[in-house]
Amino acid sequence: MNIFSDHTFLVVSMGSAALGVASGAVGSFAVLRKQSLLGDGVSHAALPGVAAAFLITGIRSSGILLLGALLSGILAALLISVITKCSKVKFDAALAAVMSGFFGLGTVLLTCAQKLPNAAQSGISTFIYGQASAMLEDDVIFITALSAVLIALILIFWKEFKLFCFDRDFSVQSGFSEKKISLLMSFMTVVTVILGIQTVGVVLMSAMLIIPAAAARQWSDRLFANIILAAFFGGLSGVVGALVSGLEQGIPTGPAIVIAASAIAALSLLFAPRRGVVSNFLKRKISRFRLKRSER
Amino acid sequence: MNAEIEIQLIAVLTAASCAIPGVFLVLRKMSMTSDSITHTILLGIVLAFFVVKDLSSPFLLIGAAVMGPVTVWLTELLTKTGLLSEDSATGMVFPLLFAIAVILITRYAGTAHLDTDSVLLGELAFAPFDRLIIGGLDMGAKGVYISGALLIVNVVFTAVFYKEILVVSFDPVLASVMGFSPAVMHYGLMGMASLTAVGAYEAVGSVLVTAFMIAPAAAAYLLTEDLKKMLVISVVIGGVCGIAGYQTAAFFEVSIAGAMACWAGGIFLCAVLWSWWRRKQAAKRVIKNIIGKES
Repeated sequence: MNIFSDHTFLVVSMGSAALGVASGAVGSFAVLRKQSLLGDGVSHAALPGVAAAFLITGIRSSGILLLGALLSGILAALLISVITKCSKVKFDAALAAVMSGFFGLGTVLLTCAQKLPNAAQSGISTFIYGQASAMLEDDVIFITALSAVLIALILIFWKEFKLFCFDRDFSVQSGFSEKKISLLMSFMTVVTVILGIQTVGVVLMSAMLIIPAAAARQWSDRLFANIILAAFFGGLSGVVGALVSGLEQGIPTGPAIVIAASAIAALSLLFAPRRGVVSNFLKRKISRFRLKRSER
Repeated sequence: MNAEIEIQLIAVLTAASCAIPGVFLVLRKMSMTSDSITHTILLGIVLAFFVVKDLSSPFLLIGAAVMGPVTVWLTELLTKTGLLSEDSATGMVFPLLFAIAVILITRYAGTAHLDTDSVLLGELAFAPFDRLIIGGLDMGAKGVYISGALLIVNVVFTAVFYKEILVVSFDPVLASVMGFSPAVMHYGLMGMASLTAVGAYEAVGSVLVTAFMIAPAAAAYLLTEDLKKMLVISVVIGGVCGIAGYQTAAFFEVSIAGAMACWAGGIFLCAVLWSWWRRKQAAKRVIKNIIGKES
């Protein structure tokens, strides 16, 4: 059987690709702002939202659960930014404390949900670990639409984001609100993470933000090229991951996507022209050789 | 000893022993390293399991404990290339190792009762069922001994190397001038954090280890400026979380580790609010003084 005519494979790979494109593009900004771990924090912080949404409504529809995840993710991101602003606690400690506190609250709410006589609760924990193979056509349309919105937002606020990432003082001087831009960026990170939780799971979603962006960074010093490349790498690893897990038995899609992305990153770190480890090594060798020759 | 007291004892000892390495992680701005270590533990366990093929073997714990410093080393290796910032390197290494672990488990160890759930989310309520039996004599729950030993190791390590840790944490340049190797102390601390995470994950699950490491230490960081006091305060907060968390969980019949983490997060938030209020009061006092002088 040809895998490319298989319906499930097409759905899963298209969803993963759309997800990879969005997370690559949004992740580039997170990596540039040195807030790449925010995605990790937010993905853990989504748990109480998922559990609470289920407890309140009693329905296990992915729309409602995602809404809950989104709300608690945004709340956590706001809390982290307020804490770092209002106290001397650094970003990393605030992030770790808030995300693990939220996750604790989430496990508490999950045990509450497990006590319900409602049979629908059984699927909640798989919601957290992600199941790309359970993706439906509707999910793909949803992911693609939201990815398009995210990319449109990047294009609309291109000037603001660029200025904010590279010269914050100048952007504030020029009259752009630091608070609003920073919030919008965090908000976009949260949306991307929530989008991917269902597919690749809580732990691995943060990798989807960071790895393609970090790989793309090695190839170019221009922001636009960086984001295009990151989106391409993200989409590529989505397809490759879906392909590998479709061809081989017993390889879940989420981890396969992460490993594909890591392979791209490893190749980029090693072989990228100008910045890569190999080219740096060669450059050093050549200049040493030249130096020796000029000494003679 | 009845089960209730045993669980509370384990909870208090675990939370307190987590708080000690947490202080150093918070001070060195490496809080997210705890998150990274607690995830990669899984790969250590899986790899050790493939070697010894026995789930109850102590080698599994050794494999897990070695994985922590390996993770930190890999992260630093990436950072040292100068191509990535430290947070990106952290965010690349641990998801990769975790992904490898998940694939190995689903592909090769599906039948071995080794699953991601039991590592990521522990269950304290079952701890008293795991008894330590010596010569047919019931010596109490195993968890009490594990968490107790962990606390003793951490306290002794900190007490013996207190001066070195102090200098290395606050002034690495001075430390290397004085002849302490910052690298040795650094990996010593990472080893301690990793060992603690390994000892604690069985009781509370690896994700919540982060809560017990960072939240009490970050709260203590706000309450004092003295390293000794900070250590004591965070251990006390950890202990309080253990008991309060257990009581809350027993009352509402919910997850014990989760309730403990909620308390830890809550105490941290209170500390943030308190320090913010105190700062405001101080600012008011300054303004009053200035106005008082002028009039």
